[in-house]
Amino acid sequence: MKVDANNFVSVAQIAVNDPDLQEAVSLGTYNGYSKRLVAMFSNGHEHGEAMRQQAAAMRRRAIQKLPDLLELAEKNMTANGIKVLWAETAEDVRNMVLDIAKKRNAKLVAKSKSMISEEVALNHAFEENGIEVVETDLGEYIIQLNKETPSHIVMPVMHRTKREIRDLFMRELNMPFTDDAAEMTAFIRKHLRQVFVNADIGISGGNFIIAESGSLCLVTNEGNGRMVTAMPKVHIGIVGIEKVIETIEDYATLTQILPRSATGQQMTVYMQMINGPRREDEPDGPDEVYVILVDNGRSKVYATKYAEALTCIRCGACLNACPVYQVTGGHAYGWVYSGPIGAVITPALTGLENATPLPQASSLCGKCKQVCPVDIDIPRMLLDLRHELVEKGMTDKIFDVGLKAWSIGNRSPKLFIMGGAVARFGTRFLPNRLPGPLGGWTKYRDFPQFAPKPFRELWKERKKGKPS
Amino acid sequence: MYLPERPSPKGKRVSLFVTCIVDMVYPAVGMSVVDILEHLGVEIDFPENQTCCGQPGYNSGYRNDAREVALHFLRVFADADVIVVPSGSCAAMIRHEYLTLFADDPVWLPHAQRAASITWEFTEFIVQGLGITDLKLRLPQPQTFAIHDACHGLRILGLGEEARTLLANVENAALEDLKDADACCGFGGLFSVKMADVSGAMLQKKIDCINHCPAATIITGDTSCMTQMNGGLSRQKSVKRVRHIADVLAEGLKK
Repeated sequence: MKVDANNFVSVAQIAVNDPDLQEAVSLGTYNGYSKRLVAMFSNGHEHGEAMRQQAAAMRRRAIQKLPDLLELAEKNMTANGIKVLWAETAEDVRNMVLDIAKKRNAKLVAKSKSMISEEVALNHAFEENGIEVVETDLGEYIIQLNKETPSHIVMPVMHRTKREIRDLFMRELNMPFTDDAAEMTAFIRKHLRQVFVNADIGISGGNFIIAESGSLCLVTNEGNGRMVTAMPKVHIGIVGIEKVIETIEDYATLTQILPRSATGQQMTVYMQMINGPRREDEPDGPDEVYVILVDNGRSKVYATKYAEALTCIRCGACLNACPVYQVTGGHAYGWVYSGPIGAVITPALTGLENATPLPQASSLCGKCKQVCPVDIDIPRMLLDLRHELVEKGMTDKIFDVGLKAWSIGNRSPKLFIMGGAVARFGTRFLPNRLPGPLGGWTKYRDFPQFAPKPFRELWKERKKGKPS
Repeated sequence: MYLPERPSPKGKRVSLFVTCIVDMVYPAVGMSVVDILEHLGVEIDFPENQTCCGQPGYNSGYRNDAREVALHFLRVFADADVIVVPSGSCAAMIRHEYLTLFADDPVWLPHAQRAASITWEFTEFIVQGLGITDLKLRLPQPQTFAIHDACHGLRILGLGEEARTLLANVENAALEDLKDADACCGFGGLFSVKMADVSGAMLQKKIDCINHCPAATIITGDTSCMTQMNGGLSRQKSVKRVRHIADVLAEGLKK
């Protein structure tokens, strides 16, 4: 997927003025945020907090041991009959998948939701090679039908209202009129059944890979993940290298906290641990299972101060909790991963120069860290990225000059007092709308009047007025 | 992160860091802080060379420029025993971010650690530092309030209960709930001008909650968030306003 994050400000401006998007995103994020609160803390705040810290420790341990765990995972998956492939770049992934497809003479590919397949632009590669690919997760199916990109890592079509989706189905698939979400879902379900039956290849992502058992773990809700991985003759799982965890015990904790954080469910509907292709005594399942382990920039992040971002389990809780995401939706972030974690991952994986507004798209309110199931310090990394923007000269000159003046003015009490006097005089004559960067302020707010006397003068007067 | 141990501030002289915005824009808030601390019998000093904590530069990524300002702060407050700040955000800057700013500086890191260990947000100083929950205050007339939890005080310093406890014990003060009290007002320093439309949309959500709140007055602990919210309320001709907690408490001192 092309990175288009440098247009954040203008895309966000359109988003905050789009009433359909505002309706859809505030409902979606509110549901996600409030259901998570109930699911995480239904057994008391301490229990939920303990689970968070436990999950954070497990993910940090996994990242610390990543090189060893990847080798162990490869060894155990291979022993289970899974063919493990290593992809360094997005292009490598596309070529590997196309090779398998050509070898099997595939005409139709069924996919379950996978953000990494969006990251490497897999659907595009299939289409270019005349292979039909169908998304089978309802949200992703809608995205594909509407020729869009996902705006949320868990709920890809959060930016659309039910009305818009109903109209899309009526237009594209001749669905009879209905306002009932269950009826709409049933209509698509029927439509998708034949895809599962006819597909030559099924493609999934992976929520975790357990190194000690060589298992590919999938957490899904609609059942399409199970169909995609069980019905076609070939199953390909595409997984980022950072998704490896050490033990089944780790999985036990992470698989509890993931659905609680993502959708507010105590437990997911379908939980799969795939340990290879169909065995001889088994009636169904694929003949071949591939796992493609994808780097695509991750090993470079591993050596930086943003390595913490690799512990992310892609639950989307920080998106739902983020007051910026709540008003912009995900498309403004310009790549696969949106919201606070996207503001770190996109510059870290694709280069800061391709995403200069993202570290600044935050009020640093800290809610992302508060809700993160693995306690990623996103505000800390946003601050580090902002520092990098300055160091690399990627900031607006007007702020460079402004902040330099601020710094000099605040190192000297004399200059500070003088600056205050100028502002005191100036703010008396301010028009209602200001030009330049301050125009951003006065577009939505009145400017505060500076006080006639600063505190330091009131303090002196008070001291004088009192007998010492 | 390494966090220094915090010595008890009881019985010690307080050096007041009013913050640059209180000094220049809201000096009355600073005077209210002085009134309340004097009411508690605390000895107060105001180091007159003080300016800013450095947060505007730090949060925008200008660490070298922020470091110079923070250095000035450390020099000005070198002799302080206790530093009290009527802002959760500026207190969090000194307590947490100074340790990052001076992490590689063997000369100034000990000073930064010391400053971090003796710095208290205003309500935190009273409730946690001095152990006082009832200021024995009485407002001239009954009033209703609701609290907006400013982000850095809430999520970096873990504050929130302190302000509610102090207010609950003020005679004639009734507390209501503000919907989404812990949601950001959209200020975020330069974020409010760099991403004005996003910040404005966040502010609108906050204003809607404030306008629907049964309380006449919203209380917060940070004058910067107050500027954002009051700027929007004033622009939209709302009758509601946000006040700093020190101002409301000091009103209870009047005989």
